[in-house]
Amino acid sequence: MKVLVAMSGGVDSSVAAAQMVEEGHDVIGVTLKLWEGPNGEAPTAGCCTVSDSEDARRVAAQLDIPYYVLNYTSAFSQGVIDKFVDDYLRGWTPNPCVECNRSVKFDKLLNQAAEFDCDVLVTGHYARVQETGGQYRLLRGLDSSKDQSYVLYMLKQEQLAKVQFPVGEHTKAETRAIAGELGLRTALKPDSQDICFVGRGDYRDFVDGQTDVATSPGDMVDTAGNKVAEHTGVAGFTIGQRRGLGVTFGDPRYVIKVEPATSTVVIGKKEDLETVDCVLSDLTWIGDSHEGSATFQYRAHGEPAACRVEATEDESWLVTFDRLQLAIAPGQAGVLYQADEVLGGGTITRGT
Amino acid sequence: MLYVDHAATSPMRPEVWEAMAPFVGDSFGNASGLHGVARKAKNALEEAREQAASFLGASPMEIVFTSGGTESDNLAVKGAALVGGARGGVVTTAIEHEAVLESAKFLEIFGCPVAVMNPQPSGVISIDDVLNAVTPETAVVSVMYANNETGICQPVAELAALLNGPLLHSDAVQAFASEPLHVDNLGVDLLSLAAHKFGGPKGVGPLYVRSGTNLEPVMHGGGQELGRRSGTHNAMGAVGMTTAMASAVDQRAEFRTRMETERAAFELKMVAAGAVVTGSDVPRLPQHAHIRLPDATNETVLIRLDTAGVAAAAGSACQSGAMTVSHVLAAMGWDAEVAGGSLRFTFGWTTQPGDGLAAAEALLAAWGNTS
Repeated sequence: MKVLVAMSGGVDSSVAAAQMVEEGHDVIGVTLKLWEGPNGEAPTAGCCTVSDSEDARRVAAQLDIPYYVLNYTSAFSQGVIDKFVDDYLRGWTPNPCVECNRSVKFDKLLNQAAEFDCDVLVTGHYARVQETGGQYRLLRGLDSSKDQSYVLYMLKQEQLAKVQFPVGEHTKAETRAIAGELGLRTALKPDSQDICFVGRGDYRDFVDGQTDVATSPGDMVDTAGNKVAEHTGVAGFTIGQRRGLGVTFGDPRYVIKVEPATSTVVIGKKEDLETVDCVLSDLTWIGDSHEGSATFQYRAHGEPAACRVEATEDESWLVTFDRLQLAIAPGQAGVLYQADEVLGGGTITRGT
Repeated sequence: MLYVDHAATSPMRPEVWEAMAPFVGDSFGNASGLHGVARKAKNALEEAREQAASFLGASPMEIVFTSGGTESDNLAVKGAALVGGARGGVVTTAIEHEAVLESAKFLEIFGCPVAVMNPQPSGVISIDDVLNAVTPETAVVSVMYANNETGICQPVAELAALLNGPLLHSDAVQAFASEPLHVDNLGVDLLSLAAHKFGGPKGVGPLYVRSGTNLEPVMHGGGQELGRRSGTHNAMGAVGMTTAMASAVDQRAEFRTRMETERAAFELKMVAAGAVVTGSDVPRLPQHAHIRLPDATNETVLIRLDTAGVAAAAGSACQSGAMTVSHVLAAMGWDAEVAGGSLRFTFGWTTQPGDGLAAAEALLAAWGNTS
């Protein structure tokens, strides 16, 4: 089998590539150049840095596979960055990893894999794909602490047929052990934690660089609309945030809502963050559509919440929780599971 | 493997390797020393200088050994503009190699007036445009002999005949294998070459500096090369380079014919399949084919070629390895999408009869299944 491995320069995709080689496949390694500075320079911090692509290149050389850096800067800018900034400016919580998987990795790159005559696209995601009778299922990675199925909910049958996630069958510790046994230089490399294109900087600084809205001062109001303070820019606030509000009350206050259009930050009490339901739009199902009981995850490593899901009249889906949930942010991905299996997911358009 | 990326670099000729071997052994000396070991290196170096000069119609003291094309370009442009503490101006073209363009940008930081002229849509610069950009402040005009991406030749000798005042520099890094480069016929004051483009080693090249031309050195130190380029002499490289020059000059007539034949075979087949040849109606280097495949993405095609064992390129090599839009094609007025379908196939001294056709067939296969 001929496979294309997306190599980030981290340990997971290094091991994924190594496993494909060990299994005897014909392997091509690629790194996507997603983002660059104003003069075309690669970022020096975060993911996609020069040193990351050099790590990937060296691992590929060690595995004796061809390796290329593909220029995906314009696809990434259109598919991910623009939406990141737009979402931010409408007061949503952007989810760039989901958008990158949707429009870059499992769309453009998957198509390009076919152009290289590759049958399969392999990535270092912690998730599992299972096939029974021509039907594909997407499952959480075996290592629940590293599971990334949440950011893969948008995959469809025809995509699942052409992707493999070898490290999803391992725990992170096993992955590192394999890398160590094979002598891969990335064996001890720390996991990346940042939004890849923001690097070690703050995403607020990044948005600042793209627009001036984030730094316009404005009012901080309570849930009744009364002004309680002023703030220096909506960029400093995110739904559910408790610290750094710049004002103190007798009991804790949280950011309930961010309205960039009017530079308004709404704060309230913990109960104002609670919600019994939320609405999902642009929902896609891995297999058949589903109504009834499920569990619902609305943050990358959040605890799944028991719920019931039902279709609404306007092609959205209403998710009703068994117990009240806190700080569900519009813009985030909402993913429906049954045990370890991803049923489908969408974008949260109404949360707290 | 079919190697059609000679404009990036050529393999070393076996006789070059052989000529260099003694310098890994007994002739290891520092050419600036006093003793016998040093003398061996010094003698070899000066002999190489004489030979290099003879191949260019120059005199030995007009040859400065550098680390190659980039350094020669840097020394020519910066050295001419900054001589004696001046802030001389630079007039150049938008299709130059980055070594020239970035040197000009660097000079701008220090207040040197810089003018960068776009070529005509044909890819050839306009002599009038260049002459009109020259002012009394202009210290150096830099126009390449042939472009490294398109292979299109520039009217350097014609420009030299009309240029009065500033020095004329030409980056002829791509040209030596096929073109008789005689500095007086060209009328240049400064000429950059790189050994590895014609079968010599990497890391060495001459800069021709016309007698009487003052350059501010860029590399400071022990004052080697008459103070024009400090740093321990690379006698091994110099000997390798002149050996390669000798072979190239020797074989030049035959080389041109072989290149023209192979390129014609390549281009004919590609044109029949709908490809468009860049610069087909202007003078080009015979070993250089630059073509555009409608609706193709060069990145994809090049990777498919690589996996099929064919080494080709799109433009000049870039540090990260990721493809970027060529500044040369942009300067010629091509939009990014059109430029993104262009490829560079460059033949060289290892190219054998039949390689042109083989390259075309491989390219057709690689192009065929992409959309």
